Amino acid sequence: MTLELDRITIARDGAPLVSLSARIEPGQVLTLMGPSGCGKSTLLAAIIGALPPVFALSGRILLEGRDVTALPIEHRRIGILFQEATLFPHLSVAGNLAFAQPRRTPDRGARIDEALAEAGLEGFGPRDPATLSGGQRARVALMRTLLAEPRALLLDEPFSGLDTDRRARIRDFVFQRARERGLPVLLVTHDAEDARAAGGHVLGVDGLETDL
Amino acid sequence: MPVRATTGARPPGAVALFPPLTVLLLAGPVLAGVAGVLLPAFGFMPALGGHALSLDPWRALWAWPGLAAAVRLSVVTGLAATAISLAITLLIVAAWHGTRSFALVTRALSPLLSLPHAAAAFGLAFLIAPSGWIARALSPWATGWDRPPDFLSVNDPAGLALIAGLVIKEIPFLLLMTLAALGQVDATRSALVARTMGYGRVSGWMKAVAPRVYAQIRLPVFAVLAYSMSVVDVALILGPTRPPTLAVQIVDWMNRPDLSHRFTAAAGAALQLALVVGILALWFAGERLAGALGRCWATGGARGRRLDPVLRPLALVLAGISAGAVFLGLAGLAIWSVAGMWRFPDLIPESFSLRHWQGQARGLGAAVQVTALIGVASTLAALVLAVGCLEREFRIRRPTDRRLSALIYLPLIVPQVAFLPGLTTLALVAGVGGTVAAVAVAHLVFVLPYVFLALSDPWRAWDTRCATVGHSLGAGPNRVLWAIRLPMLTRALLIAAAVGFATSVAQYLPTLLVGAGRVATLTTEAVALAASGNRRLIGVWAVMQMALPFTVFALALGLPALIFARRRGMAP
Repeated sequence: MTLELDRITIARDGAPLVSLSARIEPGQVLTLMGPSGCGKSTLLAAIIGALPPVFALSGRILLEGRDVTALPIEHRRIGILFQEATLFPHLSVAGNLAFAQPRRTPDRGARIDEALAEAGLEGFGPRDPATLSGGQRARVALMRTLLAEPRALLLDEPFSGLDTDRRARIRDFVFQRARERGLPVLLVTHDAEDARAAGGHVLGVDGLETDL
Repeated sequence: MPVRATTGARPPGAVALFPPLTVLLLAGPVLAGVAGVLLPAFGFMPALGGHALSLDPWRALWAWPGLAAAVRLSVVTGLAATAISLAITLLIVAAWHGTRSFALVTRALSPLLSLPHAAAAFGLAFLIAPSGWIARALSPWATGWDRPPDFLSVNDPAGLALIAGLVIKEIPFLLLMTLAALGQVDATRSALVARTMGYGRVSGWMKAVAPRVYAQIRLPVFAVLAYSMSVVDVALILGPTRPPTLAVQIVDWMNRPDLSHRFTAAAGAALQLALVVGILALWFAGERLAGALGRCWATGGARGRRLDPVLRPLALVLAGISAGAVFLGLAGLAIWSVAGMWRFPDLIPESFSLRHWQGQARGLGAAVQVTALIGVASTLAALVLAVGCLEREFRIRRPTDRRLSALIYLPLIVPQVAFLPGLTTLALVAGVGGTVAAVAVAHLVFVLPYVFLALSDPWRAWDTRCATVGHSLGAGPNRVLWAIRLPMLTRALLIAAAVGFATSVAQYLPTLLVGAGRVATLTTEAVALAASGNRRLIGVWAVMQMALPFTVFALALGLPALIFARRRGMAP
């Protein structure tokens, strides 16, 4: 599984905002750094297919060599994690995970229990998402994304809401799960520590390599 | 070569049909109704035997001796009720916005929105009547009366009771509309900035915030103006009788067994429409004038700090009188409904009895069924249409369609009495007059705007990243709608449904006219008792009329708490 951004340009009212090309190999992490408002999140929206109509996108997004640029979000199979875990408040933890499972998954319940165990959250299935700690929510959100069987993973500053100690642990947990599954990962952050921990290349929205 | 990429917008699919359907259901009946009034107003309505254009209907209208007084009443009542309720509303917000008293006042007033106008009017009538609670509380020690005095405090020829009844019901409406507008104009910070410059609370708010708030609540104000000029049920209960208001007289002509009076009614309805259009034009001119004067006032620099000690208590007193009149009135209705012997000037009855409730049980049961059926049907249809329009707007990722938003107000601004007679005639010609289904369709015209207004803000405030996450997990647009958005908006949907249901319950004129007098709801039955003067009977029906929408509101507020008892993230 590889994620390739082929001469991607995003412009608003004719003014270019983002311009880059990149190739992310399975299990690798590419980090995109820059101050807030520079267009990082806009790029992520473009990759998953949720770019607001005020922006104009050119270039191609290739997943495993296949052009997905014209597909709607739900057919791209690109998973995303936001800073606020964005768990659905009306569903239980298990309900959130079940929402992500493809319809023909065998043993749905057993797989949810496995995912919870993998995240160190045994028995959390019936819990209300609103009662979880920030770290627990982040782990549930990751397992939910993975249960949908994505072919690439985008991280939109998913560690920013966590304190330093928990941050390092969650970060390692996410990168390890992605490596095990061979997912290409695109991390967007303004934190140099996140970028160092990711271990891969670091780019700015202009497509140029950044030194940490 | 660059590829044209898809964005978050997607083809709307079948939901694209909802806006045109909504426009058709809102504007269609209004326009058809106006046409159905204008044609017979000039003598043309083959179904009623009018085959040639003529001015006879206008001559008949002209020959009615009460015309001048009725026109004057319509204009004075509309302008006075609108100006007074708008002034009190703005004063309350200017004087108390951001304080704990303000939160208390708004919490006390907001349930009144679900109260049918007729119930509030009956309550006020019982309060201010010569034998009402106010007279009883002051007698005989202050007034010397040991029997009810002989004067007209209800149905007074000047229409003062009518104006009062409209004001106490429109203040909660305008207040809630103002509250919704406050969030959109950055009111709190503007008011704060004005106060740091040394402005008093009231004058700072009036100068810095009120113009922007007013721009946001203009359409609701127009709706109040048009409604106050042409209301029928409140006028039947509180308004003058000889002559009545123009709107009441039109309905009287409509209900005469001799169908030729319908031509006179049509001419009257056309006149009523012209009056509302004319007064709206006058109001526009008044807005300009007030704007020019207000700019001079706002840039004059006067801080107005000494106004606060006078205006702030005054605002609280006015809010208290307004809310108190409604709540005491409702309490009065409830007590009359179970009163046995009740002599003047006793404050409470000597004995209590459920006799009238028992006597009316069968009639009440039947009316509740019909009322609930029409309310549920029109509310469900309105919810489906509103959700469809809002979902389309979301799927094509375009901002709010301003024309649709303005059109929503059309049935609220064109007076009911100006187009329902026409719609009634058309329903009669089509052979569906007098059916429950036709009444439900007529109710939908008024239920839909309120459901739309109640639902659109929470719908648009929903965090659309939940949809993005849902899509990225593989869910299509319909699954995101049904499994994420609608459940997350349960509370807003139920409140919108309760608002819609209350609107339907309160409808008097569409039920009476389109129902051809054969569809008996709680409201038509209650208002029909107005002339009887039987207070115990009126009490029974009016209590039932307010209890039904209140119950639905309580359910709408309570159900989400129950369903999502174990979901803290779903708390309001």
